[in-house]
Amino acid sequence: MLEIARITLLTVAMATAATIITLPVGLFLAWVLARGRFPGRSLLETFVTLPLVMPPVATGLLLLMLLAPRGPLGGLFERFGIEIVFTWKAVVIAMAVMGLPLLVRTARAGFEQVDRRYESVAATLGARPLRVFLTVTLPLALPAVAAGAVLSFARAVGEFGATMMIAGSIPGSTRTLAVAIYSFAETGRDTQAAQLVAVSAGLAFAALWLANWITGRAGLRT
Amino acid sequence: MITLAFRLRQGNFELRLDEQLASGITALFGPSGSGKTTTLDAIAGLRNPSGGVISIHDRVLFDAQRRINLAPHERHVGYVPQDVALFPHMNARRNVLYGRRAGQKLSVDAVVKMLEVEGLLDRRVADLSGGERQRVALARALMSAPELLLLDEPLAAVDVERRRRILPYLLRVRDELKIPVVYVSHDRAEVDQLADRVIVLQDGRAR
Repeated sequence: MLEIARITLLTVAMATAATIITLPVGLFLAWVLARGRFPGRSLLETFVTLPLVMPPVATGLLLLMLLAPRGPLGGLFERFGIEIVFTWKAVVIAMAVMGLPLLVRTARAGFEQVDRRYESVAATLGARPLRVFLTVTLPLALPAVAAGAVLSFARAVGEFGATMMIAGSIPGSTRTLAVAIYSFAETGRDTQAAQLVAVSAGLAFAALWLANWITGRAGLRT
Repeated sequence: MITLAFRLRQGNFELRLDEQLASGITALFGPSGSGKTTTLDAIAGLRNPSGGVISIHDRVLFDAQRRINLAPHERHVGYVPQDVALFPHMNARRNVLYGRRAGQKLSVDAVVKMLEVEGLLDRRVADLSGGERQRVALARALMSAPELLLLDEPLAAVDVERRRRILPYLLRVRDELKIPVVYVSHDRAEVDQLADRVIVLQDGRAR
């Protein structure tokens, strides 16, 4: 039982970290896709959405090649003595990459629903673009942004394929909920596996319900 | 002196103006689709003309040849759009204070008093009537210390009785604050009552 609680706590903590990291990047991308008119916009959108439909294992292998000690990004980190693959950092990165598309898509829908006249008026009142975004666009799109963050968090909690590729299944460090279910089932620890299934079903249900409640309250559909 | 000498193309429609406005209230009068709102948008910097000049006194807001095109937040032009667009997630007070500029001579108290919105400040936007929204939106625009005020059909959404009550506030903006006003309307009687000068627009041209 203690082990179940520990795995759950670890997973929730890492998914929270992943969501927090995803937020600034995801909001920026969502805003650019909602408001920007530039060549390559649909290309960017496709690229951002890719992890949603690509096999997670494939995304994981790509990340592994990038972040491995001899990879282009991993090499850079290694020079500063930072090891990424097969540590908790790799889990957080995998979770962030896999959760990002859900945040971007949901937040983008929210930004698109914000009436641009509010932004125009704010600008005529002397507000610079960043202030317009922080005081008008973001608050008006907040339900969608919150729903997107919750969905992205839920996706992060359930992350398996990419995590397996770049982080493995190290107990107490990279063994997240989904990874642990697989490991337990593999080694015949069916009771623990079943307990973890119950926990993850509960978490997923709560997150989805919360996201639907937020969007429903705000009269949004995503 | 306000110079509006610009061209703006929008699909098949072209707006072409060459006007000098003195202070006071100038009405843009004409049927819908004649280019009234587009004119206000161009002055506020929300739409880009294809050529010409827009300036307030000696401050150039737009000059195609000199490649000057100030962003809306740099123009010091107050804009109250047709549906006033009060920020729905803020109460009336936060709306009024949103654009307050540091060191401006117009005090919050003076504006609030002049437009008689003291009692409305703690209300949510959703709880304000049409006429109250107009006054709050006007106060919000004035707090940004505009050098020119643009009003898009400020009286269209309110009934005759309220209209009679809002008119004096607009006259106060002109007479007490001496802020020039460009004001859009398609109501002849209202224009006669309020405007010092009328520009009649038809199909994007002043007649």
